[in-house]
Amino acid sequence: MDRTVASWTTKKGLAQMLKGGVIMDVVTPEHAKIAEEAGACAVMALERVPADIRAQGGVARMSDPELILAIMAAVTVPVMGKCRIGHFVEAQVLEALGVDYIDESEVLTPADESHHIYKHTFKVPFVCGARDLGEALRRIGEGAAMIRTKGEAGTGNIVEAVRHLRAVMDEIRKLQNMPEDELMAEAKVLGAPYELVAQVAKTGHLPVVNFAAGGIATPADAALMMQLGADGVFVGSGIFKSADPARRAKAIVMATTHYQEPKILAEISRGLGEAMPGLELRTLPKEQLMAVRGW
Amino acid sequence: MVRPRRRIGVLALQGAFREHIAMLDRLGANGVEVRLPEQLEGLEGLILPGGESTSIGKLAVEYGLVDGIARMAREGRPIWGTCAGMILLAESAGHPDQPLLRLMDISVRRNAFGRQVDSFEADLSIPALGRKAFRGIFIRAPLIEKIGERVEVLARLPEGGIVAVRQGNLLATAFHPELTADTRFHRYFLAIAS
Repeated sequence: MDRTVASWTTKKGLAQMLKGGVIMDVVTPEHAKIAEEAGACAVMALERVPADIRAQGGVARMSDPELILAIMAAVTVPVMGKCRIGHFVEAQVLEALGVDYIDESEVLTPADESHHIYKHTFKVPFVCGARDLGEALRRIGEGAAMIRTKGEAGTGNIVEAVRHLRAVMDEIRKLQNMPEDELMAEAKVLGAPYELVAQVAKTGHLPVVNFAAGGIATPADAALMMQLGADGVFVGSGIFKSADPARRAKAIVMATTHYQEPKILAEISRGLGEAMPGLELRTLPKEQLMAVRGW
Repeated sequence: MVRPRRRIGVLALQGAFREHIAMLDRLGANGVEVRLPEQLEGLEGLILPGGESTSIGKLAVEYGLVDGIARMAREGRPIWGTCAGMILLAESAGHPDQPLLRLMDISVRRNAFGRQVDSFEADLSIPALGRKAFRGIFIRAPLIEKIGERVEVLARLPEGGIVAVRQGNLLATAFHPELTADTRFHRYFLAIAS
C-alpha cells in the first residue's frame, strides 16, 4: 500500500484548511480555550505576546515546552509554536513536541542573521514572514508551506501589514503581465528562485497560502487585510491586550468570514471596549523594528 | 438552447472552499460561496468543505445556517462533507459542546490519526468510482467509528477504518478530493445532484 506521511500536499494542505480563519496568539491554556470558543481556526502558543516582548526587551526565545504542551492539551484546534529565525534545534524541539505548525518568526530574536532554517527536511510544516514577493519565494524555496506578511508585530498599527501585503500582490500582478523572456531578470531582481517566479507568473498566486499578520487590532483591520487579498489573519497582541478579549476575538473571527459585508462589519464592531494601545511607528527606534529581521 | 449551469453551494465560512469551487467550475457546474442563509436558495447541492469544524460550526450557528442546511437535506438535495464537513454532518463527534448538524447516522472521531505530523496520503479502493485507486489526502483527519443501518460504506483504509460513506443524498469523506487533480468524487456527487 502506497502511503506517504507528511508529504508536501499534506503540509501545505493544512494551511489551506486554515483559510478564511483567524490564528490567535495565546499565552495560557485558558487563553487558548477563549480563542477556540471564539472560533479561532488555530492558536499560536507562546510565553509573551509581541507587545510584551517589545515592552520587556532582551532576547526572546522559543517558549517553555511545558506551556506549549499544556496549550496543546487544552484545545482541539491546531497549535502552532514559534522558533527563532535560523534556530533549527528549537524547530526540532517543537517538532518533537508534536506542534501542528512552526512559525520561524521575526518576533523572536534571530539566532542566525544569514540563514533561515532549511525546512524541507522537517515533517512538521512551517509558516514564515515576508515583506514582499521575493522574501516570500525565498522562504517557500527553503520549504515554508505557508506565508504570512510580517506587518509590525505588537504595535496595534496596521500600516506595515498593509504595505507588505500590497507589495506582494502588486509584484504578483506585475509578474502576470511580464513576457516569459523577462522572468529570469525579474527573478534576479526579486532574489527569488526562478522556478517559483515562473510559477507565480503563470498561476497569478503564491504556491502556498498567504495570511496577513502584524498590527491587526480591530474587526475592520481583519476585513481590510482580507479585502486586500489575504487568505486569513494572525492576531497577536490585538486580542488579549484589549479590554474584552472574548468579545473582540469573536468579532474578529466574524469579520474575517464576512469581510465583504459592511453592514455585518458595522454590527459586530459595536461596543467592543478598548482596543489594544497602538504605537506610531515613526516614534519607534530602528533597532526595535521586528519586520526587518530576516531577509 | 444552452442548459443553465447547475448551482452548487460551497459553505464558505472558513476553510478550503475555493478548492471545491475550482473543481466544480472545472466540471461545468457553477460553484457558489455560501455565508448567509439566503444564499442557500435555489442551490441544487451543497458542499461542506474542510477547515476547522469548531470554527465552521460556531459561525454556522451564529448566522442561522443550521436550519436551512437541514431543510436542504430533508428536501433530498445532495450534501457532501469533506473532513471538517464530515464532522459537521455526523450525529456525534465526541465533544458534546461542539455544534453539529447531526444529519447523518454516523459517529466520528476527530484527529483520529494523531496530530499534523501524522497527516498522510494513501491509495484508496473506491468501487463506486471505478477500479483505479483514488489518492486520499488525510490532514488531521477524522475517522468514522460507527454507522447506522441506512449508511453505505464507500471506502475503507487497508486496515479497515471507514473513510467514505453515503446515506441517500448525503455523502461524507474523511479525506480531501478537492486537493487532488482527480475529479471522480466531485463527478460522483454531481451525479447524485442531477
